[in-house]
Amino acid sequence: MPKWGLAMTEGTVVAWHIGEGAEVGVGDDLLDIETTKITNVVESTRAGLLRRQVAAEGATLPVGALLAVIAAPEVSDAEIDAFIADFNANFEAVAAEIDASAPEPETIDAGGAAINVLRMGDAEGPPIVLIHGFGGDLNNWMFNQPMLAERHRVYALDLPGHGRSTKDAGAGDLAALSATFLAALDALGIEAAHLAGHSLGGAVALQAALNRPARAASLTLVASAGLGPDINMDYIEGFVRAGRRKEMKLVLQALFADPELVSRDMVDDLLKYKRLDGVERAITTIAEAVFAGGRQASVLGHRLHELGIPAQVIWGAEDRIIPAAHAKELPATVRAHVLEGAGHMVHMEKAGEVNALIEEIVAG
Amino acid sequence: MSKKSFRQAINEALAQEMRRDPTVIVMGEDNAGGMGAPGEDDAWGGVLGVTKGLMPEFGRERVLDTPISESAFIGAAVGAAATGLRPVAELMFVDFMGVCFDQIFNQAGKFKYMFGGKAVTPLVVRTMFGAGFRAASQHSQCLYPIFTHIPGLKVVIPSSPYEAKGLMIQAIRDDDPVIFLEHKVLYDDEEEVPDEPYTIPFGEANLTREGSDVTIVAFGRMVPFSNQVADKLEKEGISCTVVDPRTTSPLDTDTILECVADTGRLVVVDEASPRCNMATDISALVAQEAFGALKAPIKMVTPPHTPVPFAPQLEDLYIPTPEKIEAAVRAVAGA
Repeated sequence: MPKWGLAMTEGTVVAWHIGEGAEVGVGDDLLDIETTKITNVVESTRAGLLRRQVAAEGATLPVGALLAVIAAPEVSDAEIDAFIADFNANFEAVAAEIDASAPEPETIDAGGAAINVLRMGDAEGPPIVLIHGFGGDLNNWMFNQPMLAERHRVYALDLPGHGRSTKDAGAGDLAALSATFLAALDALGIEAAHLAGHSLGGAVALQAALNRPARAASLTLVASAGLGPDINMDYIEGFVRAGRRKEMKLVLQALFADPELVSRDMVDDLLKYKRLDGVERAITTIAEAVFAGGRQASVLGHRLHELGIPAQVIWGAEDRIIPAAHAKELPATVRAHVLEGAGHMVHMEKAGEVNALIEEIVAG
Repeated sequence: MSKKSFRQAINEALAQEMRRDPTVIVMGEDNAGGMGAPGEDDAWGGVLGVTKGLMPEFGRERVLDTPISESAFIGAAVGAAATGLRPVAELMFVDFMGVCFDQIFNQAGKFKYMFGGKAVTPLVVRTMFGAGFRAASQHSQCLYPIFTHIPGLKVVIPSSPYEAKGLMIQAIRDDDPVIFLEHKVLYDDEEEVPDEPYTIPFGEANLTREGSDVTIVAFGRMVPFSNQVADKLEKEGISCTVVDPRTTSPLDTDTILECVADTGRLVVVDEASPRCNMATDISALVAQEAFGALKAPIKMVTPPHTPVPFAPQLEDLYIPTPEKIEAAVRAVAGA
């Protein structure tokens, strides 16, 4: 059972995608898991035969529990039975270890701004840094950060005005946000990183890379701002205004190709965030600075070629916040991937594909 | 963010607002305690420790220990509010309202109206209520329907630690007199509460569960009881909405009516005495405005019309329990 987000302790098996005896490849969909926040697919990290579905549909299991056994055909049923028995006998100790080693976010001083950062993985080499979008927080990468952290050091941070970072967003424009972001890299001792930003976070990553080219090893811009003039202001204004669960749910449904993904907990978490002192002012300031007059204030896509680093854009074909058409107006050197069946939160709805694309650009 | 008790959540709200705004003061019986005796400063922090730690940080100028005279200190708090401070006065048990009620309903509640809308009275009266504490009939009543009856007062009943902190900060920043009722059995309940200050607006009900068969409206301690029932019955195929109105005045009638329109069945759970309480008020509202949506008669779960008994067995019988709520939900659901 994977751990998606800091608050997840258990998940419920909704449905299996493949049956026992079927051939499984890395990245194949295994089963759907529902948490109180969201439903998502678990992809296989191994190739082989799906020998045993250990978790039954409808079962609610703790993080770390055994879901399935994948093994080569020559492994006997008795060996698999013994493995399952052994796993379950030791599970309490394993679960306690998972619990104890769960990464905790920490607050760093980024040039005077308190910035909340979550680090996962401890591989050598340039790390990956993930930047969420307008109104989001580092938990938006719950389906990406843990998976990428298996092979890389991965940081996710909360932008000023968001999550558990300072609620003082300063001028709230890309200059201010990217300056704080670069200060956070300094505070973390990161010389150069593979930057991946979603929506507003993409524009922040791009602006930071343009200001300090040496700090970016590659750029992955996911449903990114800063690449064209259009922005769905009904969404931005609706998000700023929504104070009740019903309104917020309607607003959030525009983020996904599948509106069913908007859960009670997701709505509640955002309402709780919006009630914090200073948040309304911060997001209003940012919206007015970045989306003045209902247009994106900074269009920087044509400058991507100046950077001379690998760059890609990823979009959900059904993005209703920033149109996927912006992916077409970029220099030819930029790889553009438009994924079907996904909306603005393409890194959640098509996490496996987005993760694979990030792995690819990081590998060079 | 960390787990905090209902008591800690209110304490944190008070401390954060006192840091933010120098006009915020707290006052009441033994809010600090110790009567100035050497080594006994902050000995009490209120009778159940909610104001503990405020006096050492903010001093006796802003944390006032008062005589055992509610008539005097509630009146003093009303005067302080009318003249520029934001007092949070602790009326130890709501049962003591009898001796200071004129100050609350004829003075604090009327100033805005009697002075052409020009007077503001940013007063908070914190007070403990509710049965289940083996404290007998003079220390166990609810009495919030009486405050709710008075126009000019805002009446708040938090049901969890998260709710308590946000509603308390809202109460302190509000320019009208607010009666803030803390159920004494909830003080040790814990949940995740943000470390930062935040506010929850008055007059906006919270749906703690969302379902399609039965609407349960509940207040204070009855909200966690109703959640428990909803979770149990969900597994049996009876799906409940639980509405926590958060404030009885203003009352979010729109949300209650919308939920009844969706489910067609209503159970109101109210720990207050059954005549002229929130259960009768909400039942009347729904009967008048949403009668056509009802698929079954409304059920009220309340105590009997009697003082709260001291004998533990009788007190347990008196209080609305999850079992009584469950029976009412089953009855309206026809299951």
